[in-house]
Amino acid sequence: MTTRIDSMPLRRGWMYGLLAAMLAVLAPHVQRIPLWVSITVAGLLAWRAWLAWRGGALPGKWILIPLTVLGTAGTVLSYGPRFGRDASVALLAIMLGLKVLELKALRDATVVICLGFFLIITNFLYSQTIATALYMLAIMTWLTATMVAFQDRNRALSPLRALRTGATLIMQGAPLMLALFLLFPRVQGPLFGFPQATSAGVSGLSDSMSPGSLSSLSLSDEVAFRVQFQAPPPKVQSLYWRGPVLWDFDGTTWTMGGAGTTATGGVHHEATTAPIQYTVTLEPHYMRWVFAIDLPDAAPPGTALTNDYQLLSSRPIRTRLRYQVSSRLGYRYGLDERPELLRRALRLPRGYNPKAVELARAIRAQSPNDLDVINNVLNRFRTELFFYTLVPPELGRDSVDEFLFVTRRGFCEHYAAAFVFLLRAAGVPARVVTGYQGGEMNPVGDYMIVRQSEAHAWAEVWLKDQGWVRADPTAAVSPARIEAGIAAAVPASDPLPISVRGSFELLRQLRFTWDAMANSWNQWVLGYSPERQMKLLSDVGFGAATWQTLAVLLMAVAGTVVGVMALLVLRKLGLAPRDPVTRAWRAFCRKLARRGTERRPGEGPRDFARRAAAEQPSLEPMITAITELYVALRYAGKSGKVQARRLRELVNSL
Amino acid sequence: MSLVLPPRFSRWLWRPRRPEAGPVTLTQRRVYVLPTGAGLLFAGTVLVMLLGCINYNLGLGYVLTFLVCGMGVVSILHTFRNLAQLQLKGGRPEPVFAGDDAVFPVLLVNSGGLPRYSIGLAAAELAATYIEARANETTVAQVRVPTQHRGRLALGRLRVFTTFPLGLFVAWSNVELDVQCLVYPRPEPGRVPLPPPRAGDAEGLESGTGQDDFAGLRKYQAGDSLRHVAWKAVARGRPVMTKQFSGLAAGELWLEWDQLPPDLQTEARLSRLTRWVLDATRVGHAYGLRLPSAVIVPGIGPAHQEQCLTTLALFKR
Repeated sequence: MTTRIDSMPLRRGWMYGLLAAMLAVLAPHVQRIPLWVSITVAGLLAWRAWLAWRGGALPGKWILIPLTVLGTAGTVLSYGPRFGRDASVALLAIMLGLKVLELKALRDATVVICLGFFLIITNFLYSQTIATALYMLAIMTWLTATMVAFQDRNRALSPLRALRTGATLIMQGAPLMLALFLLFPRVQGPLFGFPQATSAGVSGLSDSMSPGSLSSLSLSDEVAFRVQFQAPPPKVQSLYWRGPVLWDFDGTTWTMGGAGTTATGGVHHEATTAPIQYTVTLEPHYMRWVFAIDLPDAAPPGTALTNDYQLLSSRPIRTRLRYQVSSRLGYRYGLDERPELLRRALRLPRGYNPKAVELARAIRAQSPNDLDVINNVLNRFRTELFFYTLVPPELGRDSVDEFLFVTRRGFCEHYAAAFVFLLRAAGVPARVVTGYQGGEMNPVGDYMIVRQSEAHAWAEVWLKDQGWVRADPTAAVSPARIEAGIAAAVPASDPLPISVRGSFELLRQLRFTWDAMANSWNQWVLGYSPERQMKLLSDVGFGAATWQTLAVLLMAVAGTVVGVMALLVLRKLGLAPRDPVTRAWRAFCRKLARRGTERRPGEGPRDFARRAAAEQPSLEPMITAITELYVALRYAGKSGKVQARRLRELVNSL
Repeated sequence: MSLVLPPRFSRWLWRPRRPEAGPVTLTQRRVYVLPTGAGLLFAGTVLVMLLGCINYNLGLGYVLTFLVCGMGVVSILHTFRNLAQLQLKGGRPEPVFAGDDAVFPVLLVNSGGLPRYSIGLAAAELAATYIEARANETTVAQVRVPTQHRGRLALGRLRVFTTFPLGLFVAWSNVELDVQCLVYPRPEPGRVPLPPPRAGDAEGLESGTGQDDFAGLRKYQAGDSLRHVAWKAVARGRPVMTKQFSGLAAGELWLEWDQLPPDLQTEARLSRLTRWVLDATRVGHAYGLRLPSAVIVPGIGPAHQEQCLTTLALFKR
C-alpha cells in the first residue's frame, strides 16, 4: 500500500511559484511586524530560491536549530513575554521562513501550502475588506494551482492549465462553502481569550471633551455607524444620536459622571410621538457606549440604559455590532431627577472664567425664570457676532471667557461648553451631551451613513416642569449645521473631507455605491452572527431552531450540494448512458449475465444473442426479438420513441 | 500518501484474486477513495483555521475556511473521476533473463473525452510508474518488475492509483491482469567453454560452423575463418560478413544435461546450458539441446534459440 511519492523532488519552476505565494501572503503583514522580522523572512525565502537556482544542498539542522532559537528569542525581545496577536504573526512568519529552508519533497510542500492557507487567515485579523478578500482569493487560487502542479508528475499541464484547474476546484467548492457558511452552527467567540486588539488609530468620540476634540474628529470621513430605518427616516435636523453625557468640568475638560450617573435601573420616560424603529450597525470604537436617536425607548440586548440615558454595552465594542432599537423624537423625562444629580449639574470649578460667571449673574438678574435664562443665552449666540468654524483659534486657561469675549470662533464643543457653563453659573442645571447629528442617506443601499465628521455636542438643561430638555447652541449660531450638514455650515476654506462636501457629484455617487457594497459585505459576510443565523432560519420557516436542527439541516443541504456537484463532475464520465436504447441493452446484458451468459468483451450483439440463445433455449424468442430490435435501433438508423419504449418493455419483461 | 494497515489485514483485504482475462474496466464499484497523509494534514489545517475564526469572530475567515474545505471535498470527485472508467489491457512482455527487470506493457484505454493525469501503476511493493492517459487515446505504460527465478512471471496484482488534482485523496483500484512474462534462466557468468562437438567433426569449433548447407550471413567476428568471409559482398562495398553453414557434417554440438558435472544442482545446470545456448548462437554453431524431459534437435537461428531457452525456462524435473 505504500507508494513513495511523498519523497519525490519538487518541480523547480513551481517551487519559485510557491515561494512567491508565501511572499505575497506575508506582504500585508510588513506594516504590522517589526522590520527585522520582515527582512529576515524575505531573506530566508530568497535564500531558498537561490539554493533552488544554484542546485545547492539545503542547510542542515545545525544551521536551522540556532536560527529557530534566534528567531524565537528575537520575537520575545521585540514583544515581551506576553504573546499577543502581532507577536504570534511575527513568530509564524519566521517559522514559515525556516520551514521553507527544508522545502525539498512533496511532503514539505504540503506543509508549506497548509501554512500558507493559515497565514491568509492571520491577515483577516487585521483587515477584512473586500479588497483584502480579493487579494487573498488570488493567493488561494495560486496555492491551489501549486498543489495541482506538484501532483502532475508527467508535466502534462501548462502553468495556465494548472491555474485553471485550481480555479475550477475553488469555484466548484463555492456552493458547499455557501451551505457551510450559512448553516454551520455559529458559536460566539472567543473560545480561548480575547485577541489583544488595540484601539490605536481608531477614531471616534471619547469619554471627555475639551476645545478642539470634536473639530479634529470632523476631519475624518470614516463611518461611525450605518442605520436602516423600517419606515422612511425622520428629517435630518431631528436626528441627534445620543452618546456620552458629560457632567463634570475641571476648567478645561468635560468628563462623564462616573458611577453616580451611569447607574442603571431608575429610568423612565413619557413618549409623546410614535416610535421610530431602526437597526444600527456600529463600527468598533473600543468604547462601551452605543448610539441611538435621542431618546431611546429601551436598551437593546447586551446593553443597558443609564440614569442619564446613555446606552452602555457590557463590554467595549471591539467588533462590528448590530442592534435593533426604537426611539421617540417627542418625550418628557427626568421630571423627578434626583436632587444630588441636579446639584451635580450645577457644579463649576472655582476660579475659572470670572467674566463668564459675571455675565451669567447679570442674565440671571434680568430673567424672571430659567427658560428666560436659556433663551437669553441662545439669543446672544444668535444675534452677536459668533462664527462657526472647524479651525478655531487656541484657547488659554479661561477658555470660556476667551471664547465668549475674545475669539468668538468655535466649533460645536465650544458652544456647548460655553452654553452649559453660563447656565450653571446662572443656576440652571445643565449638562453636555455628545454624539452625532444628522446622517446621509445612501440612495444605493437605502440606508443612512453616519460619519465621524458628523460628531456633535449639544446641551441638556433641566426645567422644573419639563424635566431634561435638549438645547443646541450650535443651531442658534449656525442653523445650517443642523439642517443641511456640516459642509454647508463651515467656511469653504475649512479642510473637510471630499465626501462630506457636496461637490464632485460623480465621485460621491461612486462612494455611495462602494459604501453600499461595503455595507452588504459587513452585514452578510462579516456580521453573520449566531443571531443572524437564527433569524435567517426563522425567515425560511425554521423558527426556534436549535443546534440540532441546524446540524440536520446542514447535513441535508451539504449532502444535496455534494450530490449535485458529483452529478456535474462525473457527468463527463458517462457512467449512466442518457440514451434509453443503450440503457435498455445494458440492462438486458446484465439480466443474461445473472443467468450465466456473460457478454464477452468485443462480442457483437448478434453473436452474443446466438450464443445466449444456444445456452438458454427457453429464452430464445425473447433474446432474438430484443437483439433484432436493438440492432435495428442502433445500427440500422431506425429511431423513434415508440420503438425505444418497446425495447425497454421487452427487456423489463425478461 | 501511505495508508497504514496492519499487514495481515492488508494481505486479507487484497488477497490474490483470479487474474481477469481481457481488458479490465475500472468501474466505479472497484475504485476506492481514501484520504492521504497530505489530506489528513489539510483537514487538520482546516480545523485549526475554523477554531481561529470562531475565536476571533472572523466572518471572512469563515468564508475562506469553508471555501478551502469545499475545494477539498470537490477534489474527492475529481480524484475519483481521474481514475474511473479507465480500461486496462495487458500487453505481451518480451522474455527476459532471471535477474533482469521484466517490462510489462500495460495499455490504458481512455475512451472518454477527459484526459487523465498522473495515473500511477505499481506492481507489488515497487515504485510506481506515472503516466498521462490522453483523452480518446490508448497509452502504453511500462511496468517494470524485477525477476529472480526462471519460469513464467505473472504481473500479479497491479495497483492503479491517482492523487490528482490536489493530492489530498488517493483513488485506487487493484487489478489482476492475465499477463505473464517468460523468464529464462540466468546465463552462468565466468569462463564456461562450450562442450566439444560430437564425432564426425571435420574441424574444431574454433574454425566455425559446419560447411554443408549455407544458413545465412552474420557480422564478421574476430576469429572467424577467412575462408567463410563473403568476399563478393565485401567487394561490392558491403560490411564484412561471415557466411554461416549448418550441417551435421560439421559435427553436431549437443548441449546435454547428462554431460554436466554430477555435483551441479538443477538451477546451476540450467544456467550453464542457457549460457551455452547463447554462446553457440553467438559463434553461429548449430546446436541441439538434450534435457531429461525433452530433446531439441540441432538447429540454428532465433526461433531455435527461443525454443531452447523456453524449454530451459520451463524445465521441470
